[in-house]
This record gives sequence, C-alpha cells and structure tokens, in this order.
Amino acid sequence: MNTNGNLYTVIYSTVLVVLVAAILSFVAMFLQDKQNENVKLETISKVLSAAVQSDKSIKIDETTNVLELYASKITDAFYVDGNGKRVKDMNMGKENLNDIEVPTTSDLKKQNDLLKKIADGDKELTDRLELPVFIFDIAGNEIRVIPCYGAGLWGPVWGYIAVAADGRTIDGAIFDHKGETPGLGSKIAEEPFYGSFKGKTFSSGDVKFSVLKGDQSGNPNAVDAISGATITSQAIGRSINLWATYYTPYLQTVAAAFNQAAVSAADANEAGETTNNEEE
Amino acid sequence: MKEKINWKEVLLQPIFKGNPVTVLVLGICSSLAVTVQLEGAIVMGISVLIVTGLSSFVVSLMRNSIPNRIRIIVQLVVVALMVILVDQVLKAYMYSVSKALSVYVGLIITNCIVMGRIEAYALGNKPIPSLLDGLANGAGYALILIVVAFIRELLGSGTLFGVQIIPQALYEAGYVNNGLIILPPMALIILGLIVWAQRSIQKDLQEK
Repeated sequence: MNTNGNLYTVIYSTVLVVLVAAILSFVAMFLQDKQNENVKLETISKVLSAAVQSDKSIKIDETTNVLELYASKITDAFYVDGNGKRVKDMNMGKENLNDIEVPTTSDLKKQNDLLKKIADGDKELTDRLELPVFIFDIAGNEIRVIPCYGAGLWGPVWGYIAVAADGRTIDGAIFDHKGETPGLGSKIAEEPFYGSFKGKTFSSGDVKFSVLKGDQSGNPNAVDAISGATITSQAIGRSINLWATYYTPYLQTVAAAFNQAAVSAADANEAGETTNNEEE
Repeated sequence: MKEKINWKEVLLQPIFKGNPVTVLVLGICSSLAVTVQLEGAIVMGISVLIVTGLSSFVVSLMRNSIPNRIRIIVQLVVVALMVILVDQVLKAYMYSVSKALSVYVGLIITNCIVMGRIEAYALGNKPIPSLLDGLANGAGYALILIVVAFIRELLGSGTLFGVQIIPQALYEAGYVNNGLIILPPMALIILGLIVWAQRSIQKDLQEK
C-alpha cells in the first residue's frame, strides 16, 4: 500500500485527529467532576485565607479541613449588583458542607466581561452585575471578602481582598494566576507581595487602588510592584481598581452603617446605656 | 529478517551509560525547573516515564502505516495526547502537585527525550522493545531529576518530601539554608557535577 499518496495522508491525519479528540473528550468528561471539586476546594481555601490573614492563630495548610473552617467562620454570603443592592444569596453550607457555593474563576470572568462593557459606556448593565461578597466573623471582627479578576501576561490573574468592617481598609489579600512566568509574575501568589496590601485603603477618588513602581509605604492607596513582572503587577492593579469601582456603592453603604453604628455607640456610651445596635 | 534484541542493553543503557540527561544532554530545561522539591521531581519523573513509554509504544504500533511526509506531526499528536492525559489525571487526583508543576507538565511535549526516542527507536522497532526503551529513557531522566531534587531540597530547604531533616539544633548553632541552591543556576551546576562524576567513572565517555 502506498502510504505516501495525498489521499492516504489526508484520510490518515483526519482519522487520527478525530480519534485523539474522541479519547480526550471522553477522559475530560470522566475526570471533570473530580477536577471541579478540586478547583472549588481551592477557591474556598483562597477566600478563607484572605479572610483570616489578620488572625495569626489560624493557619491554613494541607491538613486543614477547609470546608469545616469556612462554614464555621462565615456569617453571610451573597451577590450584589453595581448599585450595591443585594440580588442573590449564596449557599454557605451551614447544613451540608458539600453544598457550599462559591463563584468559580469562569463566573468571575463573566462578571469581568460585564465590568469591562460597563466601563466602556454600557451603563445599563450595572443592574445585571452579580458581584460576590463573603462576610466572615474572624475573632469578633466583621471581615468582607471581595474578589477581583483580570488579564495577566499569559493568562488570567485573580485574587480575593479582605475588607475590614469600615468598608475601606484592606485587611488582607491573596492572589492567584493561571500561568504567569514562574519566578517573576508568579510571585503575586507569594507573601511578600500580598502581605503588602494589609492596612492599605481604597481611595475615594477615581482610581481606587493601584500597583506602582517603587516604595509605596507612604501611599495608602497603592502597593509596590514586583521587579521583572511589570505587566502582571499592573494587571493586578487594574483589576482591583476596576472591581473596586463597582463594589464602591456597596462598600459605601457598609461604611455608612459602620459610621452610624460608631456614632450611636458613642451616643449610647454618653447616655450610659447599652445598645444592641448592629451594623447593617 | 530477524534481529536479536539485547533486552539488557535496551533497559540499562539509557539509565547509566546512555542517560538522556547526563550523556545526551536532553530535557535540561525541565530538570532545572522542577527539582526544587523532591515530591514534584518524582511526580514529574513518573509523568515523563509514562509519556515516553506509551508514546513510543503507540507510535511503534503505527510505524508501518504512518505517511512519511507527516511523520513528525503524527508523532506530535500522539505525544500531545499522552501529555494531556497525564495532565488531566494529575489535575483530578494530585491537584496540589499539579499546581506546583504548573506549565511543566504540559511542556513534557517539548521534552526532546520523548520525540528523540520515537524518531531514533520506536519508528524502527517492534512495540514491546519500544515500550521498554521509552520507559527506560524516562527512568534515566527521572533518576537524574530525583538525585538533583534530593540535593536541592536537602541543602536548600533542609527538608525531604517537606519533612524537616536537618535538626533544629543545627539551625540554632548557626546553620543557614543555602538560598542559592533553590535558584535554577545552582541546578545547572549540580547537573554539571553529576556529568563530571559520571564521566570520571566511565572513561569512554570522555572526549579526546
């Protein structure tokens, strides 16, 4: 048989590729559930690690039962739209740990696409946003965790930012990426970088937050970028800024309630009364 | 025409005398990148072993039907299939290791050992010897990876498999982990030392 003929070559390559595609789809279908579960567990552990960063007594490592810890610390989880209105609840797994619901990175990507369209002028989409908010009770403090997502150098980068009860101060942050350059961009997932977010605040101006070159210890609204990873660093800055912009209406209501509670607590103290006023 | 296959040579040659990393100097990139920790190195070594073995086997099964003009493409498709399979299985059952190895599992496809063995051996030999040749070359690669990772994890982090080996008392006495060993250049130097050691034992490898 002539294995060098044109027809033979075309048929051979077609059959081979179809066969390989079939095998791969079958395997992908078979392993999908298990892989999704791993990804979900990782997302939960990231959200949780951002939230507990200020509490040094909690360590999250491979032996931690992440689901249990998450269910015990979380007090509320829901989605808000771009006007700060609560639109949908998230399952917190209080009854069954396997029901815990977290937005995956592909959910974050959908929101990010909407955010970009809104930023380009399509303001009507603001009502259709579903931005996740997780509220944790960490050692008596109310910590809110909000995500961010954007395009890095090679693939998506995303992160979770813990916001203190005042709705402005960053209490902790954690970042991850699909495939940033090992040793350079991948450093966003390491402590020297994410640790520098603690104590920073979202600006009330147009630019909520940025990642800039040079020492930023004097600037409350920015952190120092990573040398050799300019594009990844800027991607983090841009994505935090974009997401924080549309979380602002929600965070403002949080801040207002916080100030209200602080004022009434002060009043109550003056009057010598006890009060059960809760934020929100 | 029947050729007698020297099984012992097929199996042992790639591990010592014809080691793909230290003698043929193939697959250097990944052996520098994934040898910071022993666990990752072992998983990477096994992954490459499976990929080289299976791809050699499959290509050898197909060797008489492959159109010569698209030979390399066909080999690439087979290797890519194996690499994706390994990657998917790692993602499902060894998620943390798969994250640590990141892009390097996918990059097995560019590992010269895989294509090199297919071109040099599997295309001209029966499936079973090809399978063994692939496995043996993968094992030769894995062996070097494990040796380098052992040295790097022990001296760089003071641990093996993440368990602390160097006693705490030594640290208190002033011992410090060697940060340089963690960086890729040191992996290259360790690899060079291994090549040196091997060539001083096997004199016939030395260039005149």
